[in-house]
Amino acid sequence: MPTLNDYLILSAILFAIGTAGVFVRRNLITILLSIEIMLNAVNLSFVAFGRSFGTADGQIIVFFVMTVAAAEAAVGLAIVIGLFRHRESLNPDTFTSLKW
Amino acid sequence: MTFFYLFAAVAVVASLLVIAQRNPIYSVLLLIASFGALSGLYVLLDAPFVAVTQIIVYAGAIMVLFLFVVMLLNAPHEETEHDEKVHLLRRPGPVWFGGVLAAALVVELLWALTRAGSDSGPFSVEAVSSVRTLGRVLFTEYAFPFEVTSVLILVAMVGAVVLAKRDSRSGGPSAPPV
Repeated sequence: MPTLNDYLILSAILFAIGTAGVFVRRNLITILLSIEIMLNAVNLSFVAFGRSFGTADGQIIVFFVMTVAAAEAAVGLAIVIGLFRHRESLNPDTFTSLKW
Repeated sequence: MTFFYLFAAVAVVASLLVIAQRNPIYSVLLLIASFGALSGLYVLLDAPFVAVTQIIVYAGAIMVLFLFVVMLLNAPHEETEHDEKVHLLRRPGPVWFGGVLAAALVVELLWALTRAGSDSGPFSVEAVSSVRTLGRVLFTEYAFPFEVTSVLILVAMVGAVVLAKRDSRSGGPSAPPV
């Protein structure tokens, strides 16, 4: 049977993949997808800890994280659409108007 | 145990391919595969309701929203032509930094987890998997966060509509897109 550590290691690997995606990719939509990967890694560790402690709290918190992820995706994608209308590009390096 | 390795391998490989793809549509579809594998892991963790919610909300709603935006914007390919010509070790700073940061994160977390050492075999306590228990906890102990969540959803909905709406003062139906 897999132990708690197995789930936590898997969660760590997924979180690192998400972190790498945020920095490496030059596409706003892929960056948002990488953030979703990170949120899911955290969800996995919440559920694994909840299972390990035998409480329902881990699963409850996952629902809240899902809600926040949905709100973040909706607002983030609306911002991406607005940015794309202005610059006709999804490369974050083109949005440098606020750079000093 | 074999199911755990199967789902874990699918999740990791699909997530790696998500950030390796040039075409965002493939990224979104691979992320749905990764979420399916994670949902299988939730079933293994005796959390069937979370597994179902993962499929319905994440793969069904959030990823469809992403797919919709990718197809709406019609800009599938990343502009990385000049990046492709540069050697991997001479890419710009953020790429380097991100790779090093991710590797350091993996090493650090693996080190911490293996040093913890309290690996007590499979889970010993009883699992909480009934939807009845979850609902009772959610509507008694977590009633206030639940209500705050509804306000959050409302704010996100209004914000998304306002952000994505065209400015009606500067552009009528005949005005060129900004």
